[in-house]
Amino acid sequence: MKKNSIKTMIAALSITLLAGIFAGCGTKEESKEGQGSLSGSITAAGSTALQPLAEQAGKKFTEKNPNATVNVQGGGSGTGLKLVSEGTAEIGNSDILAETKLDAATAKELVDHKVCVIGFAMVVNNDVTVNSLTSKQVQDIFTGKVTNWKEVGGNDLAIQVINRAKSSGTRTTFIDTVMNKTVEKDGLGTMQDSNGNVRTSLKSTKGAISYLALSYLDEAVRKDIKVLKIDNIDANKENITAGKYSFWSYEHMYTKGEAKGVAKAFIDYMMSDDNKVLVEKLGYIPSSDMKVK
Amino acid sequence: MKKRNLWHRLKTEYIGRGISTLCGIIIVVLTLSIILFIASKGLSTFTKNNYSLMDFLFSTEWNPEGNKPKLGAGIFIVGSTLVSIGAVLISAPIGVALAVFMHYISPGLGKKIIQPSLELFVGIPSVVYGWIGISVLLPIIKAGFGGIGFSLLAGIIVLSIMILPTIASISSDAIKIVPRDYVEASYGLGATRWQTVSKVVVPAAKNGIFTGIVLGLARAFGEALAVQMVIGNSIKLAGGLLKPTSTLTSILTMDMGNTVAGSAWNNALWSMALLLLVISFVFILIIRAIGKRGDIK
Repeated sequence: MKKNSIKTMIAALSITLLAGIFAGCGTKEESKEGQGSLSGSITAAGSTALQPLAEQAGKKFTEKNPNATVNVQGGGSGTGLKLVSEGTAEIGNSDILAETKLDAATAKELVDHKVCVIGFAMVVNNDVTVNSLTSKQVQDIFTGKVTNWKEVGGNDLAIQVINRAKSSGTRTTFIDTVMNKTVEKDGLGTMQDSNGNVRTSLKSTKGAISYLALSYLDEAVRKDIKVLKIDNIDANKENITAGKYSFWSYEHMYTKGEAKGVAKAFIDYMMSDDNKVLVEKLGYIPSSDMKVK
Repeated sequence: MKKRNLWHRLKTEYIGRGISTLCGIIIVVLTLSIILFIASKGLSTFTKNNYSLMDFLFSTEWNPEGNKPKLGAGIFIVGSTLVSIGAVLISAPIGVALAVFMHYISPGLGKKIIQPSLELFVGIPSVVYGWIGISVLLPIIKAGFGGIGFSLLAGIIVLSIMILPTIASISSDAIKIVPRDYVEASYGLGATRWQTVSKVVVPAAKNGIFTGIVLGLARAFGEALAVQMVIGNSIKLAGGLLKPTSTLTSILTMDMGNTVAGSAWNNALWSMALLLLVISFVFILIIRAIGKRGDIK
C-alpha cells in the first residue's frame, strides 16, 4: 500500500516535471513568413489596462490566422517594457511612453505603436453631491489644500483621497493631464493597486475620490460609484476625440526594432477597422478616431 | 547472478540515497542562488546608484521618481515593524492560552475541536484573509472607531489571526513535552492547577514558546497580500492606530510590476527584498540561539 502510494507520487511528479519542460520549451517564437500564411507564436506582455483588449483581439487574430498565436500576459507596464527590450517578449504593452521608464539608449531601440486610446474619469463615492470639478479643484484636493467637499460646493463631508500606486501608468497619466504635472501631496489618503480595489474602497468610503479607466466603468460599476465631469465636460468618447476632455492617454505596443512577422500582423490587426468594434465594445477608443494628437 | 546482485544493491541502498543526496544538494544550491541573486540586485542601490545605506534605512523620504530619486525606506521599515509587533502582542498571549487550554484544561475539546480548527486556519490563503479584512473588518473598524477603515489596526488584526496558529501549535508542542514529573511534583506541593500551569508548565516550556513567537513574528514580517489589502498603503508614518501606512511587503507588491529593472526605483525595491531576507535570517539566528539555550533535558 505504502509502496504503491510512493510510486503514484513519483509518477505524478515526473509527469508534472515533463509537462513543465514541454510547456517551457513550447513558447519559443518560430515565426516564419511564407506564401502569405502566417505562423508562429508571439508573447505580448505588460500593461494590465490593455490586457483585456489584447487578449480578446489575440483570440480573434488566431481565428483568422490559425497558425499564429498571441500569448497575452499582464505584469504591469514596467514589466512589459523590460521584457520587450530584453527580447523575451515580442510586444511590450505599456500605458506610458517608454522614455519615461527606460533610459534613453534602451528606449531608442523600441518602436512605438499607438494601438488605441484609453480615457479616464474622476470618480467619487455616491454620498458626494458634487457633479463636476474644475481641474484646479482636483489639483487642490490631491495636493491637500482642499479637505472638505463643502469647499468645492458640496455637502459637509471630509474628502478621502484614494490614489493609485506611484508606479501605476494610470497615475502617471493623471499627473500629466488633470494635475498639470503637479505632484500630489505625499501620504495623502490611501493607495490601491488596481481598478478593482479602487472601486471596492470607493464604494465603502464616505467622501472618497479617485480615478478609474473608462473601460472599467461599465453599468454595474457606475451603479456603485459616481462619475464626475471635469470642467463641466463629460468623460466620454466624443469629448476625448474632439480634444475637449484631456484625461486620456494612448495605449502603446512596443516592439524592439521595426515590428515583423506575427508581431507586425497582430499590431496591424489591433489598429485595423476589423478590430474597431471590439475596441469600442470594451470601452477603449480607436486611435484612428482621434481628431487631436 | 552478479548483475542481479548489483541491481538488488542499487534498489535497496543506492537509488534512495542518491535521490536524497540530490535533493539535499538542490535545496542548498537553490537557497544560495536565491540569496546571491537578491543580494546582487539589492546591493546595486548602494553600488550603482550610490545611495547611502544610512539614508535608505533611516530616511523617510520616499520619492523614487525624477532625476534625483529619494529612496528612504524608513516609513516601510517602521510600518512592517509596528504591524508585526502589534500582531504578536495580540497573538502571543492568545496562542499560549490556547496551548494551555488544549493540554491542561480541556484536552478532549482541544484535540477534537481546537487542534483541527488551528490546522484549518493555516490552510486559508492569505488573499482570503485580506478579502475578509476588507469586507468585514474594515466596516467594523469604521463603525466602531471612526476613520476610513484602512489602518494600521486593520493590518495588525488580520496578521494576528494569521500568525495565531503558528504560535499556538508550537507553544502547544512545547507544553506537551513538559515532563509529567514536574507537574506531579507541583501538585504534590499542594499547588492548584492554575498555579502549576503558570508557575511550572509555562516557564518550563518557555524556550519552545519563544520559538513560536519568533516564527510568528517572521511570518508577520513576510506577509504581503493580506496586509496590503487592508493597511491603506499611504506613504507616510502612521500617526496612530487608525491611520493608514505602508509596509515593506506592501510597497513591493504595489510597485514591482510597474517599474523597470535597472532603474533606481526598481533597485530600491530589490534592496527592500534583501532587507526582508536579512530580517528573516536574523529571526532564524534568534531561533537557533533559543534552541541552543536548551529546553528541558
